[in-house]
Amino acid sequence: MIRPDEIKLSAEETGKWGMVINQDICTGCQACAAACAMENNISFVGEEDSGYGRSMHWIRIERFWEGEYPEVKMTPQQPMLCQQCGHATCEPVCPAFATVHSQAEQLNLQVYNRCVGTRYCANNCPYQVRAFNWRDYKRPEPLPNQLNPDVTVRRMGVMEKCTFCIQRIHKAQDKAKSEGREVMDGEFTTACAQACPANAIVFGRVDNPESLVSQLAHKGHGVKHLEELGTLPNITYFKGG
Amino acid sequence: MAHDKKHTDQHAHTDHSGHSEEHFREKHLMLDPLPRGQMNDMVMESMLEKPTWKWWLVFGFLAFVVVYFLFYQWGILITKGQGQAGVMRGDYWGIFLVNTVFWIGISHAGTFISAILRVFRAEFRRPFTRAAELMTTFGLVQAGFSIFMHMGRVWVFYWLMPYPNQRMLWPNLHSPLTWDLLAITTYLLSSTMYLFLPLIPDVAMARDRSTGWRKNLYKVLALGFRGTEGEWTHLRNAMNIFAFAIIPVMFSVHTIVSWDFAAATRPGWSSTIFGPYFIVGALHSGMGAAVVVLAVIRGTMKHMDYFVRGEHFDAIGKLMLIISMAWAYFFFNDYMVQWYGGDKWTQQLLHFHEAGPLGWMWFGMLFTNIVIPWAILWNPKWRANPWLVGFVGIAINVGMWFERYIIIPVSATINRMPFTWRMYTPGIEVPMGIGTVAFFILLYMAASKLIPLIPVWEVQEGQMAHELKKFGRETVVSVSELE
Repeated sequence: MIRPDEIKLSAEETGKWGMVINQDICTGCQACAAACAMENNISFVGEEDSGYGRSMHWIRIERFWEGEYPEVKMTPQQPMLCQQCGHATCEPVCPAFATVHSQAEQLNLQVYNRCVGTRYCANNCPYQVRAFNWRDYKRPEPLPNQLNPDVTVRRMGVMEKCTFCIQRIHKAQDKAKSEGREVMDGEFTTACAQACPANAIVFGRVDNPESLVSQLAHKGHGVKHLEELGTLPNITYFKGG
Repeated sequence: MAHDKKHTDQHAHTDHSGHSEEHFREKHLMLDPLPRGQMNDMVMESMLEKPTWKWWLVFGFLAFVVVYFLFYQWGILITKGQGQAGVMRGDYWGIFLVNTVFWIGISHAGTFISAILRVFRAEFRRPFTRAAELMTTFGLVQAGFSIFMHMGRVWVFYWLMPYPNQRMLWPNLHSPLTWDLLAITTYLLSSTMYLFLPLIPDVAMARDRSTGWRKNLYKVLALGFRGTEGEWTHLRNAMNIFAFAIIPVMFSVHTIVSWDFAAATRPGWSSTIFGPYFIVGALHSGMGAAVVVLAVIRGTMKHMDYFVRGEHFDAIGKLMLIISMAWAYFFFNDYMVQWYGGDKWTQQLLHFHEAGPLGWMWFGMLFTNIVIPWAILWNPKWRANPWLVGFVGIAINVGMWFERYIIIPVSATINRMPFTWRMYTPGIEVPMGIGTVAFFILLYMAASKLIPLIPVWEVQEGQMAHELKKFGRETVVSVSELE
């Protein structure tokens, strides 16, 4: 582990929430995907639409095979979710300002009730992590009884995506503010990180050298996906030690 | 009357040396003047001709297709959501946007023929400027329909327009889609006005020759035009301004449409050459559609073989050939630009284009866009055959539709996240796309019965400017400057 005083923060990291995902210990159990769906009221799509490629999830576990048969090797599991880019390609292309950058949380937000459904943002997302409500999906029983009251239920025709559980961020910030302090590291975490049995996902402030996520992210051998596009992603991946 | 079949088909070659006056009159509309009253009557007759049962059959069938395939299916799409279409994660844009680009492309021919050829004083344009302008307006209507079909929540489409509102929410001017909407609206409005201006003298002519509800309709449309010198001067000035002003609008529209793709980060889309490539492609499909329309008008409407002759197909055929060559160059250029980029995803995509499951479409596009026009249009005799050139026009339009299909859903199959690579299967887009085609033809059929399809004043003006002179045994064409 890197010492806090060794961390050199770049200007782009100021005020940002970040995540570190360790692919070496990810077992691909999909607990994060399930927890995310429960926390964020994600629709139940059903077998047919899901099979056609319309499955709704804000986080997915990607898995690939390497090599030719019979020497086939599985690559490490790769959880893929919105990278909360600092310079996001989805934002400038929305004609209605439904995809915007929040100045307060430094996250990419989707304003559901402003979305008109051109799907340009999803097209332009190099990570392909945006989910569109292709229909008004029915939630089978007993799923309607566990909707999270802190999160909007989306209707047909709008885009949605991972928010880094912004409702949890706000709850923690409100509590800290009422107690007259800053939000502490580890005080709360996202649904996916909370559910991960292997602790492969770590969430927190990247601009705080004391935080676990910052120390992991600055270890040096982490990778940011498609960094060459200049999107400034906020999620660091570790693979191979 | 001198407008027999023999005008066009047999004597199609363009070599004039040592020909008699008869030969010139047979071949060229501008050298074959008729008395003005007679010509006006011919145009009126072709418009007022009582529709046959066949006409009503086609009209009724198309109306059914429009109501059922376009509007009823659209209702289903709106109530049940975009899931009715074939789009999904990875391939968010489908045939609706293919059709949008396709119809905007078709609309380019009208402006090209009636504005660019007018500005450059190409005399062969005279009898069919209106037929082409109508294509622009009606094509843009279909493009507008297609883009609204594509939207997930079309009932809030007005959020894309800049209108004052209490929350001070404006459209995002960074987005190419906002510019798209502004450009298409501008183009639709200006091309409708540009369609209307040259129509004024013709509806005034029709007003003086009709009775009943038609007379009242034309009375309103003609705006009291009587044909005085002052009115003509104003009209000419207005048309001149519009002809020059609409050309940059036309170029901007398809360049902006190309930004939707060129400004994106996807492999296969972010290509810097897309602007001119799209313009040339639009002219390619537009000219193709224009000859199909002309061939149908000439074949089905009364007296049209006098106005639209082999020489016109010959002239447009030459343009089509040149535009086809330009398209081939830009296609090659676009391929090269992307291939030299060396991006591994783009290379994979380019390979997928030609060797993937839709490779037949890629090769078919090259065949119909390049091989067929080049193989047929080099021959002046074939070029003067309306049905043959019309066939080339249909082939080009099929090819250009393939091109847009390859650019949008096929290219969207490959992205930088191989986990989401999926093939697109069209759903409700197919009947709705057929509905837009039917609606285009339906509007055209209705227009042919409501307004004079031939700008008869423009033809008469051209005929007054052209003269046959005899120098010894040689007959020479002389053209005087009118304006």
